[in-house]
Order: sequence, then structure tokens, then C-alpha cells
Amino acid sequence: MIQTFAFYLFAMLVIASGAMTILARNPVHSVLWLILAFFNAAGLMVIVGAEFIAMLLVIVYVGAVAVLFLFVVMMLNIDFAELRAGFIKNAPLGVAIAVILLAELVLGIGAYRAGVMELGTPLGDAAPLPGQSNIENIGLLLYGEYLFLFEVAGIILLVAMIGAIVLTHRKRPDNTRGHQNISKQVARRPQDATELKKPTIGQGVDIGGGEL
Amino acid sequence: MTEFFQSLGMTYEWAFFVASIAGILLIALPLMLAVAMIIYVDRKVLGAVMMRRGPNVVGPFGLLQSFADGLKVFLQETIIPSAANKGLFLIAPIIMFTVALAAWAVMPFSETLVLSDINVGLLYVLAISSLGVYGVVISGWASNSKYPFFSAMRAAAQMISYEVSIGFILVCVVLWAGTFNMNGIIEAQRGHGFGVINAYVFNPLIFPLWVMFFISALAETARAPFDLTEAESELVAGFQTEYSSMSFALFWLGEYANILLMCMLNAILFWGGWLPPFDWEPLYAVPGIVWILLKTFVFFLMFSWIWATVPRYRYDQLMRLGWKVFLPLSLVFVALTSGWLVLVEWA
Repeated sequence: MIQTFAFYLFAMLVIASGAMTILARNPVHSVLWLILAFFNAAGLMVIVGAEFIAMLLVIVYVGAVAVLFLFVVMMLNIDFAELRAGFIKNAPLGVAIAVILLAELVLGIGAYRAGVMELGTPLGDAAPLPGQSNIENIGLLLYGEYLFLFEVAGIILLVAMIGAIVLTHRKRPDNTRGHQNISKQVARRPQDATELKKPTIGQGVDIGGGEL
Repeated sequence: MTEFFQSLGMTYEWAFFVASIAGILLIALPLMLAVAMIIYVDRKVLGAVMMRRGPNVVGPFGLLQSFADGLKVFLQETIIPSAANKGLFLIAPIIMFTVALAAWAVMPFSETLVLSDINVGLLYVLAISSLGVYGVVISGWASNSKYPFFSAMRAAAQMISYEVSIGFILVCVVLWAGTFNMNGIIEAQRGHGFGVINAYVFNPLIFPLWVMFFISALAETARAPFDLTEAESELVAGFQTEYSSMSFALFWLGEYANILLMCMLNAILFWGGWLPPFDWEPLYAVPGIVWILLKTFVFFLMFSWIWATVPRYRYDQLMRLGWKVFLPLSLVFVALTSGWLVLVEWA
């Protein structure tokens, strides 16, 4: 009973917040609705027993990706009038994409109705081992059966990361304002910065021509 | 507890439901009391370090100071700035507070005293604590005011930076323990140090990780010396600037609940949680909850001691520490730890 209730609750919230992501006028609200959708999707994962995936969904998407997304959207100074002007211009493209998506949906439902496709039984190691937790199963699969694919995915991500860094990196000339020489700052001691003097009355202090 | 409610004649599902609610209340209410008292301790320690008395007027030794503050805040008027984004402005402190409470669901207070003893306990804590940043970011944006906005940007960058290194540190601990389950991690520490000490921290491969975790925990909870999100000399009061009354109090409570959570995580991951410090029979006579609360309290004292002692970091220093020092170091330790464990298993 509770499972069914929870499923419908999460499913409805996913759909509702997904819809609100598109419908919200304010882009920041859109991102927040998207985050709610992620969160409820994680709830659905918990219900089907994939608690590890659920936690990863929250940590990676909600905790890192969406925060950066929100960060960027908040900094954007979005002109709503300009956005609305662009609506008419992009309408044909939007309609085309909508038609393609609808066709795919109809095709998908049609194929589903026609019967289940035989995908073949999973390879010996790929079948989930009974009595082991999610994490152990995923670990055995990723680092055993699919080790090569996993490593390739890792390398592709690494290349993408280096690419992004190379694209945005600009070499700063030295001694620009705001450049910090940390080792110099750490090595600085009180006696380098201050000096104790005992001036006689009426004489003042000769601070010399040296560095302040 | 489910069995108890079942014995009252409920079906299993209802008994489970009622038991969960009762468990949540049994954690949340003492936690709120603990937060109130810990704020008092914090101010008292700060006072002692500054050679003044600290709160000493309300109740004996000023013990009721936090409750008086709570009452005052409760009676204040809630002010919503006219330019603020009203809905989000009110939701932000609620998010902060709820998230701070939610993480306590998996914290083991003793071997059996845990609300939900799930397999992915540590991941759950990591997931929930990564949500904490939303309360700050949303409040900063919804206030529609420049200082809160600066503070929100700082908070987002800071929390993401330190979460990465915390993640790697946790990976090392999990590699040693071989489980994500909180009780499993504590159990794995029994007699870990020289066969008698119930703690990971005296392992030379883990001690540097504990130091990094402790500093990252300070940064994650935005405590001094990393309290740049509410640096009063630069940002008025940071993201809380526009808040008043209960919405302000919720931030306050959530912040301290988070600090307690981090202190307890310290105790669980590195200092043996509810195990006594030494694997010596008479010490087990003391219930586990006493040990874990004692350890948590000691870590909290360290937090307030640091607050009173260390000056605030500069923002670029904070970022440098997170990305250029802790991240590479913790990565190296992941490699070292897994290498050592594989070597031990192989040899």
C-alpha cells in the first residue's frame, strides 16, 4: 500500500515539476523545478530498490551539476522581452522537433504494444547476484564484465575535461593585479614587516628609504 | 520499535509508519535541545578565550540564554523585503533546516539506536549534505540584494570545492571498512590501532585524511576560519542579511545542526563512533551513546576553539586550499590506500 502511494506521489511530482520546468517564466524557477524533478526521480529509484543509483543521482545531479547550473542562470541577466521576440523566429524549428518527438513516442508505444523484444539472456557474469547489495553488484559488473567500456568512458571524460580547460584557459602575464605569490606570503614573518623603534621626544623616526 | 506498535494491535505497515514518526521525533527534538545548548557552549567558549564571561544572565550560569533568544526571535515580526522573490525567500530557510535534520536519519547513536540502518548510509549523508548549499544559494538570490547575492555565490563555490575532497576522503575510509553502512564502518574500527585502540585515526595512512576531513568540515559548514559566506566585515551578515524573526532562526538552527552532524561524522569515521576508545572489556559497560556524544562534544569544542583563535581566510586562499592542496592530496591518498589494501590482500 505504502509502496503504491509513494510511487504515485513521486511519479506525479516528477511529471509536475518536469512540466513546471518548461512552463516557469523565470529561468531560476525553471532550474529549481528541474532539481525537484531530479530529487523525485531519485525517490523512484529507491522504490525499485536501486538505492545506490538514487544516491548517486542526488550527489551528482542535484549536488553538483544543478548547483553549477543554478549558479550560471542566476548570474545571467536575462531580458524577457528579447526571449519572447525570439519565440516567433524559432517557432518552425520548435514545431519540427515537437513533431519528431511525437512520432517517436507513437512509434515507441506501437512497438511496445506489438510485444516484448527478445534481447537475449544476460551473460553469465552480468546477471545480478542474489543476496548481494546494489553496490557490490554494480562494482562487480563495472570493474569485471565491462571494465574496458568503463575505462574508455573514463578516458573520454578526461579528454572532454582537458578540452574544456584548454578552450577556456588564458595565460595571464605575470605581476598582474590580483596575482598572489603564496610562497612569498607564507614565508613572511613579523620581523620582515615591522620594526620596533624607540624615538626620543621631538625627534621622530627615520624610516629610511627602504621598503615599507 | 515496530514490534512494540505491532503488539498494540496495528498491522505491520501502520506499526512501521508510526514507529518511523516516533523515531524521527525522538531524534529531532533532542537534537533541537542539543543545538540550543551547543550554541550556549559555543558562546561560553568564545567568551572564555576572549577573557570575558559570555552569556551569564538568563537562568543559572546563563544556561537558558538560547531559549530566551529563541523566544525573542519567535515574537519578532517577519519582514519580507518588497523586492524579494517572496516564495523562494520563505522556502530557503525551510530547505536549510529540513536538510540539516534529514541527514540525522542514518546516524548511529549506538549499535541498535539508529533510525534507518541502510546499506548506503554514508552516501546518503553525502547526498543530503550536498543539498545544504541550496538553502544558502536560494536565500541569497531571492533576497534580491547585493550582499546576500555575493554571499550565495561564495557559498556555492566554497561548498562544491570542499565536497570534492570530502568525497575522496570518504572513499578512503570506505575502502578500509569495506562498506558504506555506518554501523559497519564503526564495527570495522574495533581494535584497529595496535589491536587495542578502537579508532582509524592512528593508522598512518588515515591520520592525514582525518586532518583534511576536519578542515574540510570547517569549510563545509562555513565555520571560522572559512566563514566567508557571512563575513561580517565584508558582507554585513551574508545571505542572512534580509532575514528576520523565525526565518532567521531556522538558518541559525540548521547551521548548528550541520556543525553537530559534521562533528559526529568525525567521531564515526575516524574515532570509532559508539565504540569506547580502547578495546578493553570494562569500558564496554558504558553505553555506546555516551561515547559517541562525548566524542561529538569534544570535536565541537575544537570547532569553537578554532573559531575563537584563527583569523578568517582570504577567499583566494580558501579556493587554493580546496582545489590545489586538498584535492590532489586526497586523490593521492585514494591511490595509496587502495594500493596498500591490494598489496596486503595479495601478500
